Amino acid sequence: MTSHVKIRLASERVNHSVTTNNDLPRFYTPGEVVTGMEDFMRGHGTYAVDDSLKAAVAGVMQKVNKLICIRPRKNRYVGEIGDVIVGRVLEVQQRRWKVDTNSRLDSVLQLSAVNLPGGELRRRSAEDEQMMRKHLQEGDLISAEVQSVFSDGSLSLHTRSLKYGKLGQGILIKVFPSYIKRRKNHFHHLPCGISVIIGNNGYIWITPAGQTNVVEGDDDEMAAVELQTVSRSDRDTMARVRNCIMALAASKMMLDDTSIMFAYEESLKYDDVKDLLDPEAMLDVAFLTQHRINYVVEE
Amino acid sequence: MAGLLLSQSEKLFIVHGVQDDYRSDGRSNLDYRPMELETDLVDTATGSARLRLANTDLLVAVKTEIDVPSPDKPDLGKIEFNVDCSANATPQFEGRGGDQLAVGIANLMQAAYQSSQAFNLKQLCIFEGKQCWKLFVDILILECGGNLCDAVSLAVKAALFNTRIPCVKAILMDGGDVDLQLSDDPFDNKLLDVGTAPLLVTLCKIGDKCVVDPSAEEESCSVVSLIVGITGTPSCYSDQENLAEVGGKFSTIDMNGPGSVAPKTLKDAINQGIVAAKLLDKALAKALINERKENIRTKKSSYGFLK
Repeated sequence: MTSHVKIRLASERVNHSVTTNNDLPRFYTPGEVVTGMEDFMRGHGTYAVDDSLKAAVAGVMQKVNKLICIRPRKNRYVGEIGDVIVGRVLEVQQRRWKVDTNSRLDSVLQLSAVNLPGGELRRRSAEDEQMMRKHLQEGDLISAEVQSVFSDGSLSLHTRSLKYGKLGQGILIKVFPSYIKRRKNHFHHLPCGISVIIGNNGYIWITPAGQTNVVEGDDDEMAAVELQTVSRSDRDTMARVRNCIMALAASKMMLDDTSIMFAYEESLKYDDVKDLLDPEAMLDVAFLTQHRINYVVEE
Repeated sequence: MAGLLLSQSEKLFIVHGVQDDYRSDGRSNLDYRPMELETDLVDTATGSARLRLANTDLLVAVKTEIDVPSPDKPDLGKIEFNVDCSANATPQFEGRGGDQLAVGIANLMQAAYQSSQAFNLKQLCIFEGKQCWKLFVDILILECGGNLCDAVSLAVKAALFNTRIPCVKAILMDGGDVDLQLSDDPFDNKLLDVGTAPLLVTLCKIGDKCVVDPSAEEESCSVVSLIVGITGTPSCYSDQENLAEVGGKFSTIDMNGPGSVAPKTLKDAINQGIVAAKLLDKALAKALINERKENIRTKKSSYGFLK
């Protein structure tokens, strides 16, 4: 049993950028003139001064016909209906839960928007209200879908599908939501035997494949699944996937099942998972992944 | 520390991982996360260091002042610690929120540096009974990512290593008053001997095992954590081979959290702490000496927080 300690100097700091062969997008800084006003429309992340449109955030420009938006690199999650999110229950309130989803305001999960044991078409009684904490407690992690967006930008969630609900054992990673690639499917069973939920809000949940999220079933069965120990090999893979995602996020790469799987395969040359915590190894993995993605795109 | 919310099954996962000696990022119970260190980045301080351990970010600055030694210890200088928790770290530090944590860490550092075998205050003496140097060590916590105490002690040691005290050219006695003449040359200064300066090692008891360098998530799983202060090994910091193997002595201990520890666990934890502190000290010494060598060769460019 030996312990490892590594202290590196700031002068040895690793630059995490992975250069791609397609040129870098133009990056706007706050206050920078994007364009003259003439016949453009002011979108998110911009403001108009005199006759010009300026960037309000640091990011890249997105142009849809005449509408100009600046998409920031670092931001809070801005929800859209239908997004898959991973969130943490913060509070149990009257007929609803407050959920942290990495957005500016806490989201709400109504009691009427969850599947309670005993079938979907069931009246919610006062008893259900009293049992809310049994169902979801403070601190519990859930996967859910955005049902609607309120006028102030806060989200209303629902878990009315078997794939959503409370999450069991696993690792949560937080990255910026801008790194998440929008896909049709955000629930992935990776071939390495691990399930990943890539929440649109930048929360990523890694869990052993056998252990899908705990949904209905009787309470004893639920408790038994939750208490099972995760085997060492699963743990190893999970830690590897975690470190790979961290490496990709450090290099500001888009995250989806392909990039995560590529990174995982590239990382296999490092036998010890903890070696992947080293900035050099992280850069190496991210670089090789970017390479493979470019290759696939060219094909 | 900051009350991080975790679900029961997440906690269970972490506890099982510690039991298995395999944590969620692949480290064993005795591994530290990679750290990044830079010294001499604050121009207005006599010594400074910045340490980043995963998400924990610290800036330490040492300032010197001339003071009168206390009558009961006329030949000793003074050292004072001050911790400031920036509200940037967590919103809970806003206003007076971080005060309790700050005072706790400052007292712990003070206790660790108290012993003459931990830090020789005699080197701060200018004129016995009349004048001495007083070091103000200001610690600024910019981000909290777990394992604050270890990071603080490492950064403080690095900042002290970097501290240069101006040389005194002459001492004039005018009646009872002492008049000091300090050297005008900024390069005419002396370094402090920090070889034995103590390091703190936090041992977080999770389940029935102890882990070093807990992440914020792991910290919230443990009921009790022990912080042990271990004096440094001077042989790491000098080129002389014949230095006797001193250091690795245990100088202070503190306990956090509502739990309790059995006497045997306590003993084991202290031993584990001594082993970890030695390794930490070795790594720190290597980094500091490397940086000093580099700075002699080329002019130092400051990296700081950008880039």
